[in-house]
Amino acid sequence: MDDTEARQRAYWRSTLRLTGVLLSVWAAVSFLPGWFADEMNQIVFFGWPFGFYMAGQGALIVFLLIVWIYDRWMVRLERRHGLGGEG
Amino acid sequence: MTRSASVLFRRLGRYYLLYAAGFVGLVVFLAVAERFGLAPRWIGQIFLFSTIAIYALIGVMSRTSDVSEYYVAGRRVPALYNGMATAADWMSAASFIGLAGTLYYAGFEGLAFVTGWTGGYVLVALLLAPFLRKFGEFTIPDFLGARYEGHFARMVGVFAGVLASFVYVVAQIYGVGLITSRFIGIEFEIGVFVGLAGILVCSFLGGMRAVTWTQVAQYLILIIAYLVPVVILSYKVTGVPIPQAVYGTVLHDLGVKEVELFTEPRENDVRALYRQRADDLARKISELPESLAVERQAQMQRVNELRTQGAPAREVATAERTLRDLPRTPDEARVKWERARQESLQRSVPPPPHAEAHPGPDQASRDSARLNFIALSFVLMVGTAGLPHILMRYYTTPSVRDARRSVFWTLFFIFLLYVTAPAYAVFAKWEVYSTLIGSHIASLPPWVASWGKVGLVKIEDINADGILQLAELSLNSDAILLLTPEIAGLPYVVSGLVAAGGLAAALSTADGLLLTISHALSHDVYYRVINPEASSQRRLVITKSQLLVVAVIAAWVASLRPDSILFMVGLAFSIAASAFFPALVLGIFWKRANKWGAISGMIAGLGITLLYIVRTHPFFGGGLGNAWFGIHPISCGVFGVPTGFLVIVVVSLLTPPPSAAVLALVDKVRLPDAGR
Repeated sequence: MDDTEARQRAYWRSTLRLTGVLLSVWAAVSFLPGWFADEMNQIVFFGWPFGFYMAGQGALIVFLLIVWIYDRWMVRLERRHGLGGEG
Repeated sequence: MTRSASVLFRRLGRYYLLYAAGFVGLVVFLAVAERFGLAPRWIGQIFLFSTIAIYALIGVMSRTSDVSEYYVAGRRVPALYNGMATAADWMSAASFIGLAGTLYYAGFEGLAFVTGWTGGYVLVALLLAPFLRKFGEFTIPDFLGARYEGHFARMVGVFAGVLASFVYVVAQIYGVGLITSRFIGIEFEIGVFVGLAGILVCSFLGGMRAVTWTQVAQYLILIIAYLVPVVILSYKVTGVPIPQAVYGTVLHDLGVKEVELFTEPRENDVRALYRQRADDLARKISELPESLAVERQAQMQRVNELRTQGAPAREVATAERTLRDLPRTPDEARVKWERARQESLQRSVPPPPHAEAHPGPDQASRDSARLNFIALSFVLMVGTAGLPHILMRYYTTPSVRDARRSVFWTLFFIFLLYVTAPAYAVFAKWEVYSTLIGSHIASLPPWVASWGKVGLVKIEDINADGILQLAELSLNSDAILLLTPEIAGLPYVVSGLVAAGGLAAALSTADGLLLTISHALSHDVYYRVINPEASSQRRLVITKSQLLVVAVIAAWVASLRPDSILFMVGLAFSIAASAFFPALVLGIFWKRANKWGAISGMIAGLGITLLYIVRTHPFFGGGLGNAWFGIHPISCGVFGVPTGFLVIVVVSLLTPPPSAAVLALVDKVRLPDAGR
């Protein structure tokens, strides 16, 4: 019983850590390109002004990656902590 | 995945593959038929009626009278299909029809919608979906009621959810009316009710189950319809059929073209003429009411002169109409002339370059634009993660793991559209700037006249040189997407396809929203609060009748053509963001959050949001003079969300902690499938 509880607590702590890291990536990608758009637009990226590219496409790709990594990582976390059924 | 689930998954794959092939076959067939002279009118009708018939068929096939099937599709929807259905649920008429047009006009500034409407799914994935799935009830107020102990929190949730969803559903039905009336040629009001029938066949008979399978079908149509025109256009302009990858170079060329157009002498003449007109109007407004009398006198004299001179009947008729259309009262004149003055003023300055971030005449307005850009993307993201019709969908997956994966698929499927929208705008703008502008007005392509009739395209040769200048052309922003196939000279079948896609987008969102509203009223209000002993049969009867009532009211409101519709949709995001997001997230991640904290936080967040919008939006008689930090009313949630968080934390700490049962619930929700 104690063991289960400890495992569950460890699982939740790792979940929180992962969530925190991914959320800070999300915040950076969401708001920095908008804020520094002028500066970033000076750089040309495959034809795009870089600020425009980030807000219109780059950020979206990062969002997709974040959600994908979260999905993968959580399955691994569940397995490592012996939770989550069939594995 | 269990055996039966994988059998289901494969069978679904077969069905939808067959269906997609059938749809592509229909498009090809119509394209060939058009070559042999099938009239455009018929193509539009065949597209709209055949797709509505397919949705109806799916709806009838998945009718159900089982509560779990009706509310959460039996929790058997595989992650991939739930992702597709959620994507269709999510992408509304505004995304499908409006976004490309917004980006066309706003350029960089419009990208706040692109990042905002996708980034919200990161919050859904990380903070909400898996935990709500583990909780595993039927609605979002269900969670609030259980986590915050009692009906009070549940009812606040019902109120905010119904408010946000209702304004949103009206906008969808309005979109359906627009599309059907334009492409089948029926009256707008009748179009609204035709669309309503299309919506009801699904949600009424089969609830969430029918809506889910229809939404998958609708997603396939809407994404094909969105991609086809711009892929062809991209191939035409750049030789590469992947618009998302190559529009950067077109954007660069567009920038060169813009400089050329904005400095062209005739263009500047036209802008000067508009400035002059704006000044004239300003003078007339300041000299009201005398100026109106003078105007009427002059126009009467002109009509008489024309008559006595024996001018052609058409000229006389035009002059008479101008006289008739003069404002009747000075007040009416003030409103009308002010609007005309604003429009002329807008045309007197060149639009900002497409790629320029946060444009403005001076540093202060540039800073304000930047702040508003950030605020808008923030509100759209948090609002996405608070809209009940989206969150509710994650109850339908078989497991917590599937819920997580399902958010990934959702984001992937909406990504396909949102990553294309900026390309759409750039290609459409390029076509307009490079081929349309500078051509002779007498020899413009036929679509200019046909769309001019419905008022979406306006051309005024103000300098009478017979050549179209950029400032003389006005395209309705909703029309950009519907027009692009014609601007690019594609066959009419592509236009019909786009209309079918727009219809699919509007219908799928309307279905999801109607379900959310009727579930909130019947499940949360009737079953949970009024009559907990109700039999499941009775619950379904109540749900279905409420669905019908809500749908008819929404259609009726839409048929009144409220012109503030877009602003109301923007409001829905702020409402959802400030009412739901703080209470849901803290409910999962902070055990100490309690009943009183959540209730006061939700009310305070919602209150601040509504207060701000009333004080700043002209619709309620407010003005930007009352704004805080110059934030526009559409982003009012930017104040509501932090207020909500703050109030929940403070009030929770001042009142007793939640009960042991609630703590156990939070523990349960935090663990994956097998963990208790």
